[in-house]
Amino acid sequence: MNMDRPVLSVTELNERIKGLLDRDPLLSEVCVRGELSNYKIYPSGHHYFTLKDSESSLRCVMFRTQASKLRFRPESGMGVTAYGRVTVYPRDGAYQLYCTQLMPEGMGDLQVAYEQLKARLEAEGLFDPAHKKPLPLFPQKIAIVTSSAGAAVHDMMRILGRRWPMSKLLVLPVRVQGAEAPAEIAGAIRYANEFKVADLIITGRGGGSIEDLWAFNDERVARAIFASEIPVISAVGHEPDVTISDYVADRRASTPSNAAEIAVPDQNEIREVLAGYALRADQSERKRLEALRERLRALEDKRVLNDPSAALEMRRQDLDHRLQRLLSAEERIVSARRQSFVRLAASLDAMSPLRVLRRGYAVATDDRGALVRSAAALSAGDRVKLRFTDGAADCRVETVENDTEERYV
Amino acid sequence: MSDKELSFEQSLARLDEIVRHLEKGDLPLQDSLTLFTEGTALLKRCNEMLDAAEQTVVKLKKGPDREPVELPFEDE
Repeated sequence: MNMDRPVLSVTELNERIKGLLDRDPLLSEVCVRGELSNYKIYPSGHHYFTLKDSESSLRCVMFRTQASKLRFRPESGMGVTAYGRVTVYPRDGAYQLYCTQLMPEGMGDLQVAYEQLKARLEAEGLFDPAHKKPLPLFPQKIAIVTSSAGAAVHDMMRILGRRWPMSKLLVLPVRVQGAEAPAEIAGAIRYANEFKVADLIITGRGGGSIEDLWAFNDERVARAIFASEIPVISAVGHEPDVTISDYVADRRASTPSNAAEIAVPDQNEIREVLAGYALRADQSERKRLEALRERLRALEDKRVLNDPSAALEMRRQDLDHRLQRLLSAEERIVSARRQSFVRLAASLDAMSPLRVLRRGYAVATDDRGALVRSAAALSAGDRVKLRFTDGAADCRVETVENDTEERYV
Repeated sequence: MSDKELSFEQSLARLDEIVRHLEKGDLPLQDSLTLFTEGTALLKRCNEMLDAAEQTVVKLKKGPDREPVELPFEDE
């Protein structure tokens, strides 16, 4: 052992190696082909795997951000091309590939084609939300463009039948994978439009490998969906699979079953809506009738309606009352007159000369019958007649005495 | 408007209209009773449609003259 050599710590050594690797331009952006093995996805979302060929292996890591963009599910045994940077992980003293992209072997060209088509159609506006048509709320006929074999069509039939059996299903059987599939799918969509066979189209298929789903990344299918006058739901594969068809369609469903749920309402919900209408109509009508009944009751309480003779009776009473007033007025007038007559008669009586005579006075008249009012009017020898209350006496005047002066002294 | 011509969707829309009308309560009695009767009939028919509905599935094939032909759907 040559002790003259400088002694490095482990960290120093690993850092030195890391520095060497990091300076290598090839290693900072490398493409490496191999087979996936020991593929593991950690709860953190990071993917850890080994790339190997017949003689060698390479540890790899793909961080969550990049891994979430994977369009396929990597599995051990799969041939892939990995892109990334090779560097040292100082803690373990091991170098590894920090993978940023992973392509299945042989899919490289397709993947490129997919990205190119997607970019082109997007630029053309085929994915524009403005072109998306609303789905019918209650589709009467649904055209299903898919394989008549396979689970997808049965899943859709089952769910559509349970939710909304009133929709008639028209299955347009097509191949959904293989070289013929895109032309058949596109042809069926055009045919459904030409003969207006339905008011909604569902096209798709169940899950599979990215190659299996490839027909739905075909430009012919994309253009047929875009041109469709009938709204289209695209339902391809499983949740993470997004095809060009999904982008173009009026609505994307994550799976065929999900498409069936989107396509039709749930009859249970609609029955509830109907029950709600029934209740509301009933209540408002009952309220209305109750209000009318209330008004009717109020009218019934009025006696006029209750007893038809009441009005007559009331009039009769009215008449009686008036008559009574008239009679008593007349009576008052008569008695007033009677009283004034009595007063008049009394004063007449008081003035009567006969009444004065009864008190002991006598009235003197001359021989011509005229009243003698003054002693001065008489002379001795005149004849006068004295009238008493009970008779008269002829008399002769002896003397006349005037007592005027004495009286006024 | 005859009931017979209304689709389920139209029936539902009509029902909505009728119920709103009734709830406003500004119709003469005779009109509101007529509406109520119409609504009841629509409700009955909608429920009957739902109860009677049986899913129809056909296979659509291109006929000899290109016209669509409906065939029974069978598992393949």
